[in-house]
Amino acid sequence: MTSTGGHPLPSLRLDGRNVVLAGEWTLAAMLPRLAFLRTLLAQAADSERVWDFSGVTRIDSAAATLFWRTWMRSWPAEMEISAGLRHIIERAAALPDTPPPPPPRTKTPVELVGVFILRVLHNLYGLVTLFGQLILDVLHILRHPRDLPALEFSANLFKAGAMALPVSALVGFLIGITISYLSAIQLRMFGADIFIINILGISIIRELGPVLVAVLVAGRSGSAMTAQIGVMRVTEEIDALATMGISQTQRIVLPKVAALACAMPLLVVWTSAAALLGGMVAAYLRLGLSPAFFLESLPRAVPLANLWIGLGKGLCFGFMIALIACHFGLHVRPNTESLSAHTTASVVSAITMVILVDAIFAILTRQVGLPQL
Amino acid sequence: MSRPPAVELSGIWTRYREVVVHRDVNLVVEAGDVVGLVGGSGSGKTTLLREILGLLKPSAGTVKLFGEVLDRLDILERRAVRQRMGMLFQHGALFSALSVYDNIAFPLRELKGLDEDWIRQLVHLKLEMVELELHHGRLMPSELSGGMVKRVALARALALEPELLLLDEPTAGLDPDRSETFVRLIRQLQRELGFSVVMVTHDLDTLAGLSSKMAVLADQHIVAYGTPAEVMAVDHPFIQNFFCCERGLAALTKANS
Repeated sequence: MTSTGGHPLPSLRLDGRNVVLAGEWTLAAMLPRLAFLRTLLAQAADSERVWDFSGVTRIDSAAATLFWRTWMRSWPAEMEISAGLRHIIERAAALPDTPPPPPPRTKTPVELVGVFILRVLHNLYGLVTLFGQLILDVLHILRHPRDLPALEFSANLFKAGAMALPVSALVGFLIGITISYLSAIQLRMFGADIFIINILGISIIRELGPVLVAVLVAGRSGSAMTAQIGVMRVTEEIDALATMGISQTQRIVLPKVAALACAMPLLVVWTSAAALLGGMVAAYLRLGLSPAFFLESLPRAVPLANLWIGLGKGLCFGFMIALIACHFGLHVRPNTESLSAHTTASVVSAITMVILVDAIFAILTRQVGLPQL
Repeated sequence: MSRPPAVELSGIWTRYREVVVHRDVNLVVEAGDVVGLVGGSGSGKTTLLREILGLLKPSAGTVKLFGEVLDRLDILERRAVRQRMGMLFQHGALFSALSVYDNIAFPLRELKGLDEDWIRQLVHLKLEMVELELHHGRLMPSELSGGMVKRVALARALALEPELLLLDEPTAGLDPDRSETFVRLIRQLQRELGFSVVMVTHDLDTLAGLSSKMAVLADQHIVAYGTPAEVMAVDHPFIQNFFCCERGLAALTKANS
């Protein structure tokens, strides 16, 4: 008889009325020729047979279940089996026959939309609550300055701000080059080379800088904040803080929100500068516009109000990204799937909200900082 | 035909930079043995268990499972050997995103040859084996108590009815009553299914209740290996300290009576 690892393989032979079984009937041994064995068993099951287990050395519960199913959940009329093996099959037989659970009902498109809207409303409610709690925390800190989480604030400022400088500069610089290069081709057709300064200045300082940084920071710091707070919830660290009488919003959420609201305007200035530098380089190479002329004309082409709008957007976006990240982090349930879903939701909602708020900014400030015709 | 030993460690050395954890450890676990691995905190018991599992590679020496060296096998053969062993992690290591039912069904589904109906019966059988109710299958791991996590983890470890079960602190975190029930459950399953066990534990009651042999890990190697009586006769400061005060004697006499 062939064998694997010293175990005789399970086998089945039809001998007249007898079904002669032999070998080791275990899941591991059956697996390589499972389909074959099941066909044999199905053939053996169709009429009155005598089941002979005397050659069988071992049965595991998988095999016991298989036999019991083959026999249509009743003992065969005649069988030859040792008490030990019979006991194993008896245990499989004792199990009540439970019907398969009904498949989960698929939701209709209307229900899906409804669930989505309810979830958005629920999250908005959570964000407003968290915002309110932050205001209460700030009032508390104003009255008790010793509770100021200064250390956490500076640590977050460093992580979300200073550490983001290289990547935001690189991205800004490359975007600046691209816009400048593409605009230069168009402008040259009209002989309007000089307007490249207006295009770059207004678009980068007012619009692209803040949005670019917001998307970068949402992906970089927002996801990190959600994951960090989420894991702190899973490992009960947040509960440990609460036990020590430390407010979770005051010690965890507030420093993050405040730090990002401070760091974002600075990052916006930094990234816009890098983008303008990139644009300037491309304009020089493509149109022969000298950097000295570029820098001299920039203040005339771009009214100062645009810089304030850019900084204001930065502050607002930073605040929103951190608030959304903390909100989703605090609602992570203790399993890995929830952690991943909440981190994704945090980044997606933050970027969506940034673009939404950017559009509102554009409408509200349409009279400000643009040359009026 | 005699079966090859379930585990065979020969000349195991483990080093972390300058720190030597294991110095020439040799251990043979025969098929059907229940071996309790004892040692002080930080003596490298769990490290040794992880080396048996193949999660860690020893600095020197070979680990043989069922007579095979894992490193010399290809992916499929290695998976086949791994399917012959089950591990009960100290904290359960249940998949937190899956329900209890799906956790136990997971190794069965991975075999890719079983229909869902068969899997359901096997999962129910395993739930019954570890004395859980069928409706517990719908719970998520985060909703379970410490004792239930251990039971579900045991059910998952036994899903494929392995020939070797590794236990890391099986009763840590359970109250004495629960811990005694759990030990009785493992012993009963071991008798019925006849698997070998390698177990790391600090708990004397667990050790006395389960193990047929003991291995004592001290001074970076196995200082004693044999039946409880043989081990206790060995004159070594750690063994004298560990067993031969009143708590040790009380636990062992209780188990023997």
